[in-house]
Amino acid sequence: MEITLELIVFIVLALFIGVSAILAVTTKRILRAATYLLFVLFGTAGIYFQLNYSFLGAVQLLIYAGGITVLYVFSILLTSSEGDKAPDLKGYKLVMGLLATLVGLGVCLWVTLGHDFAPEHFEHGELAVRTIGHALMSSDKFGYVLPFEVISLLLLACIVGGIMIARKR
Amino acid sequence: MFDFSVITSWIHALLTSWMPEGLAVFIECVLVGVCLLLMYAVIAIVMIFMERKVCAAFQCRLGPMRVGPWGTVQVLCDVIKMLTKEIITIRHSDRFLYNLAPYIVILASVLAFACLPVSRGLEVLDFNVGVFFLMAASSIGVVGILLAGWSSNNKYSLIGAMRSGAQMISYELSIGLSILTIVVLTDTMQFSEIVERQADGWFLFKGHLPALIAFVIYLIAGNAEVNRGPFDLPEAESELTAGYHTEYSGMHFGLFYVAEFVNLFIVSGVAATIFLGGWMPLHISGWEGFNTVMDYIPGFVWFFAKAFFVVWLLMWIKWTFPRLRVDQILTLEWKYLVPIGLVNLLLMVIVVVFKLHF
Repeated sequence: MEITLELIVFIVLALFIGVSAILAVTTKRILRAATYLLFVLFGTAGIYFQLNYSFLGAVQLLIYAGGITVLYVFSILLTSSEGDKAPDLKGYKLVMGLLATLVGLGVCLWVTLGHDFAPEHFEHGELAVRTIGHALMSSDKFGYVLPFEVISLLLLACIVGGIMIARKR
Repeated sequence: MFDFSVITSWIHALLTSWMPEGLAVFIECVLVGVCLLLMYAVIAIVMIFMERKVCAAFQCRLGPMRVGPWGTVQVLCDVIKMLTKEIITIRHSDRFLYNLAPYIVILASVLAFACLPVSRGLEVLDFNVGVFFLMAASSIGVVGILLAGWSSNNKYSLIGAMRSGAQMISYELSIGLSILTIVVLTDTMQFSEIVERQADGWFLFKGHLPALIAFVIYLIAGNAEVNRGPFDLPEAESELTAGYHTEYSGMHFGLFYVAEFVNLFIVSGVAATIFLGGWMPLHISGWEGFNTVMDYIPGFVWFFAKAFFVVWLLMWIKWTFPRLRVDQILTLEWKYLVPIGLVNLLLMVIVVVFKLHF
């Protein structure tokens, strides 16, 4: 296997994601965990950009890095106090956590190794936004209009629920 | 109009002629990065000098005058002072997050800065979802500000960071809506395409009424997005000392300061690109002689002239209006700007569908 620039970039991104992910679950301070999660999301966005799928990469940055992480950080700032540290895991919890991790790893490895990857399946070059838009809003065979609308309904419900909780009586 | 891709493709051909493609691309990336950071720093220095001079002019002063002719070397001296200052570490704080926060803010700012098309062929990041990517990149900055406020172990910093977070998240919505209005008009999100389509008239004129409303909303929301007056209450010095960067000293404070000014430039540059034609010269259809003369002025001159004009507009606003209260800021956004923006978007759709634009 020859070493190309793409391979090096992929390895750097993969190492970055892996190390950040491990740090995110092993750190004891919750805000640091959120920050490492932000790094993981950055790395994933980087892989999307490397695949030339800039739309998904931008969505990843906007929704996860810019939206959900900010939400996490906000709620951590509002709820936890200075110097809060997670206690050490002991006994039963430790065993169960390790077991769940191993099962998750097993499932991932089984799916990844068992999958028959199509060689060079995707076209090189950016996917036109027009194509993505048509796929999102069409009701044909590969259209996503139903999930799209269902998600918007869900978001509306969330907004109404949020207002109900937050409003003054 | 000079096409800079001649130079960039010449460099690419030169590099690939005596080294493998991958290495050449890597070296080009490093070169582009260095140029980008250099331009970032230079623009920050120019902006700080401009801020001091414009502020002085609005307050009937002269501003810095002693160092160099008309005080031009003053900012350079300030930069050296800032670089040599001690970086204070504070006790009982999360050292890692404290040191990381300014770099997240800078990262977001540089990513957004790289999207701006300076001249024909001088685009660094030119995705076909360029506008979308710009908004995604600039939304990361909030995380840095929140982390800075939290890890400073100071209640003023924390309050400043929370205010700033609430304000930036809210006003991102208005920025998005006003940019979306123009995307509806152009049917593209790629910055180079957006500029190309303004060859026969800038969108501010082509989109007439809805584009004008979107421009005004964009200016207000952009001013709030970069935490500048009259929306500068995250760092309201009379009540919060300096907001989220109270505890930072030396170059860490410098990074926040630089990022704030370059963010102002980015907001103005985006306004110049999507409303005022970016590097596209002023063309009036029918006036062939006039158009040819305008084409002789290089694209980057047009871009910087327009961007600094918008910067000047925003500075004018900053030094004219008093600071708002936090509830007034949120009321302005959620009860006025967002509904107006949504109606304006609908208006633009009607204009585009019935071909009422020029």
